[in-house]
Amino acid sequence: MNLLSSFRDSARARPIIERIHRRKTGPVTIMEFCGGHTVAIFRSGMREVLPSRVRMLSGPGCPVCVTSNADLDRAIALARTPGVILASYGDMLRVPGSHLSLMQARAQGCHVEIVYSTLDALALAEQHPDKDVVFFAIGFETTAPAAAAAVLQARARGLKNFSLCSVMKLTIPGARALLGMGDVNVDAVIGPGHVSSIIGADPWRFLPDEHGIPVAISGFEPLDLLAATDALLGMIETGSPDLVNTYRRIVKPEGNRKAWGLVQEVFAPRTTVWRGFGEIPDSGLVLREEYAEFDAERRFSIVVDDATEHPACRCGEVLRGVITPPDCAVFATACTPEHPLGPCMVSSEGSCAAYFQYQRHSGA
Amino acid sequence: MCLAVPAKVLELRDNQMALVDLGGTQREISLMVLDGEVAPDQYVLVHVGYAIEVIDEDEARRTLELFEEFQALDERESLGSDTDVPDAFR
Repeated sequence: MNLLSSFRDSARARPIIERIHRRKTGPVTIMEFCGGHTVAIFRSGMREVLPSRVRMLSGPGCPVCVTSNADLDRAIALARTPGVILASYGDMLRVPGSHLSLMQARAQGCHVEIVYSTLDALALAEQHPDKDVVFFAIGFETTAPAAAAAVLQARARGLKNFSLCSVMKLTIPGARALLGMGDVNVDAVIGPGHVSSIIGADPWRFLPDEHGIPVAISGFEPLDLLAATDALLGMIETGSPDLVNTYRRIVKPEGNRKAWGLVQEVFAPRTTVWRGFGEIPDSGLVLREEYAEFDAERRFSIVVDDATEHPACRCGEVLRGVITPPDCAVFATACTPEHPLGPCMVSSEGSCAAYFQYQRHSGA
Repeated sequence: MCLAVPAKVLELRDNQMALVDLGGTQREISLMVLDGEVAPDQYVLVHVGYAIEVIDEDEARRTLELFEEFQALDERESLGSDTDVPDAFR
């Protein structure tokens, strides 16, 4: 589509880059919360054209990365339960848990299926009426509607052999926790475009209102990200932090009310553990009592009490923006995409994987 | 994980499903979480098999027009009042 590919047009990018260079600001750290943005920023080459005073910092917006080892171990334990088919999005398969990954569990004979969609997980349950299909539900607000829709469809179809192991998380409590910890200095935030397509742009208003931090909701094309960066620098330059939305072709102030309504119908917030953060109140999604029959946690009694982290892995600090991947001693040495020690090197949108792919040799 | 891609709606089907063209590949997706109606030839944003939003082509055009204004200003080398964030993004 010409209209959408125009957002990659380098001729259109030049004036925005020039605007960015004319902005009169001191050194600025802009955090992109979303791992998809991290990858898009690297892939576009945008880091190379920004003024050196503008530093882009990756945040915790990678659901695979912030999943705790205890939660991953629980999914692996479910996969080991006789009669269970564990269905998971592909991103999670190679992440090392405390003892092994889902991929290794599969190699040991567990029935683990990669699905692209919850629709595929429902189909699995219909095809295997003698098995229990457990969907390992990871993701943020963008992905939660698909999980809610699956539960509602399972009920409508009378599926008794389908359940969810929900480790889904909410980005606003996560962002609040990050800023509350106070160990990273962020001057501006690029807000996640697809999370915001569901919850709306407005929930991000707490950043300017409570923290004086400007936020620009952005899409994932180079021009989206440049326009968002220019807008953020403009707000810093004029000392007027606000919420702007440079992704208006997708994101509405109120979001997708139907999708978010379905999420709230099926799930309730709960305290949950994020890698690198510990417990964050009301930052996870658990099935409501009315849908308890679809909750794998209640259907199977799985206890995981021996979760451990790899001692050398510093994914937690990478996710908080306290260090960048090259600061980690095992980055690109003991920890590579082939032999990852932590999730940020596995996930296609993990910071470590992005640095490894795009910036390993530049020393930055 | 939040990767979502534009797809052109080809055909509406039963059970809130639709056939879409996803970068040259045809695929059936769900419209169950989409707010409002969509028609063939419109573009939707697809995430994990579900359309999550209709792409607003008018807004896309408006944003691109704004970028053209940036260009026009550059050509006139007018820098003065151009520091503000465009109202169109607010």
